[in-house]
Amino acid sequence: MTQAASTSTPPRARRRWYILVFLAPATLIYTVFAIYPIFESLRLSLYTAQENQPVFVGLANYAKLLGEPYWADQFWNAFKNNIQLFLLHMLIQNPIALALAALLSIPTLKGAATYRTIFFLPTLLSVVVVGFIWQLILSPLWGVTPDAMKALGIGNLFRPWLGLESSALVTVTLISIWQYVGIPLMLFYAALLNVPEETIEAARIDGLNGWWIFWKVKLPLILPTLGLVAILTYIGNFTASFDIIYSLQGGMAGPNFSTDVMGTFLFRSFFGFQAQLGDEYMGATVASALFFIILVGVGCYLFGVQRRLQRYDS
Amino acid sequence: MRRIQDRLGSVGIHAILLSWTLLALFPLALIVVNSFKTRKAIFGDPLGLPTGKALSLKGYESVMTNSDFPMFFGNSLIVTCVSLFFILLFGAMAAHAVSEYRFKGNTFISIYLILGIMVPIRLGTVALLNLIVDMGLANTLTALILVYTAQGLPIAIFIFTEFLRSVSREIKDSARIDGLSEYRIFFEVVIPLVRPVIATVAVFSMIPIWNDLWFPLILSPGEETRTVTLGVQQFIGQYTVQWGSVLAALSVAILPVLIMYVIFSRQLIRGITSGAVKG
Repeated sequence: MTQAASTSTPPRARRRWYILVFLAPATLIYTVFAIYPIFESLRLSLYTAQENQPVFVGLANYAKLLGEPYWADQFWNAFKNNIQLFLLHMLIQNPIALALAALLSIPTLKGAATYRTIFFLPTLLSVVVVGFIWQLILSPLWGVTPDAMKALGIGNLFRPWLGLESSALVTVTLISIWQYVGIPLMLFYAALLNVPEETIEAARIDGLNGWWIFWKVKLPLILPTLGLVAILTYIGNFTASFDIIYSLQGGMAGPNFSTDVMGTFLFRSFFGFQAQLGDEYMGATVASALFFIILVGVGCYLFGVQRRLQRYDS
Repeated sequence: MRRIQDRLGSVGIHAILLSWTLLALFPLALIVVNSFKTRKAIFGDPLGLPTGKALSLKGYESVMTNSDFPMFFGNSLIVTCVSLFFILLFGAMAAHAVSEYRFKGNTFISIYLILGIMVPIRLGTVALLNLIVDMGLANTLTALILVYTAQGLPIAIFIFTEFLRSVSREIKDSARIDGLSEYRIFFEVVIPLVRPVIATVAVFSMIPIWNDLWFPLILSPGEETRTVTLGVQQFIGQYTVQWGSVLAALSVAILPVLIMYVIFSRQLIRGITSGAVKG
């Protein structure tokens, strides 16, 4: 690249080597350990192993993933759970984050610094730690939750939520929300602080109160952040959700795969579990399917949401 | 009348914020407090404080003697600090190159380098593991450092570039007139310039590295190279019956982060909300 530039400006050829020096380390590490593996995985998804030799099979792995009941059932179950996870985060986590950020950004609020410090704290902790903390708290063995519910007179409503097929996924989601509400909260908070004072003042002179200023003035102005939060939630939900599910429910995403997501499914197809042997080519196929799912989301964001939102921005 | 209304509103707001404060802190406090208690007290009186007969440090003793937690900590610290150093240095270098100089392919390389924000590196895990094994780096901290550096660079380059583009060129140009080489301009002018956003970049890169479970589990699960996150995960798997030890292990994993956070929270939050990340 530098060389290309150099040839067009021969007198400066020697002097411009520094551009290459500045770019080389980042580009090299990033290409070798991030970009190459992603494309190599896409390539591997077109192969299968026969007598320990890779054999090109075209799209056969994808046909297997979506066609054979053993794979297709797991794939669609994980996909469905991921979508549910995403929707619950969008409907619960992000509105809570927005509400808390709106309250924190009230200029006259006392103790705002302390509040936001505390609200961000769970986000810093390891998912593994958070997972176990909640597992202990919700455990029927320890009895913290059943006792607390008994004190409130609703003791008979207690269930081992993490262990029940019907409630495990929702419980895991709520734990994840408890931990990660800090990220959208901070993004919303930063965006709300950037709303120009004059705009708010003008609305106030027009006779709008705090509540309406938020809905009519501030919210439209921070719509780009809303889009950003949505896409971050989408990506995180399809990849990072592995951590919390694996630490709370294990690689089998129990009970009976009711909390299985693409991350845990990828992990199992790659490394195998119980009698099923791991298959790197099927692992690559699941990862590539995930790649396309994320690509669709990012595409929607970039071409749809982002473009429409920018009009509000200007 | 209006003042009373305002006061009621403010009470309501604090009531909401305090409820979330309680919800955020209670689970953590419950674990840390109970980690200092005897087994009997943990079960008999979970909400009680660790005083008198209830006080016990047995959990911590067994964590510190029967496990390699100090080593896990060292591993996590090495991996996080070294990766962070490379992310900040290489990220600032690349951001400087694309924001400062005009050259053919500038737009292409800027977009190429930040693609990774949208495409998680985890998707390449299968090929990445093969690569690491071929390089003889399986079960080493080096593998984790390289992968985390690659993972952290896109967001770092993005934030640094946005920031550097907003900085005036005058300082750099006057340094050039003084005859400083481009390398010295980077280290002596640009590095001090980007200091305000270093905190932002550091936070965005550090948290996912310290807390990651996926890559330690896949690339370096060996006893010697375990990070705290993986260590806690495996330790708890083995000792589910010994509640004292489990609670102590969790506290040991929480406390350093907590202490660091209390010290740095101001810079940290200022970094996040500094406007470096816009929608």
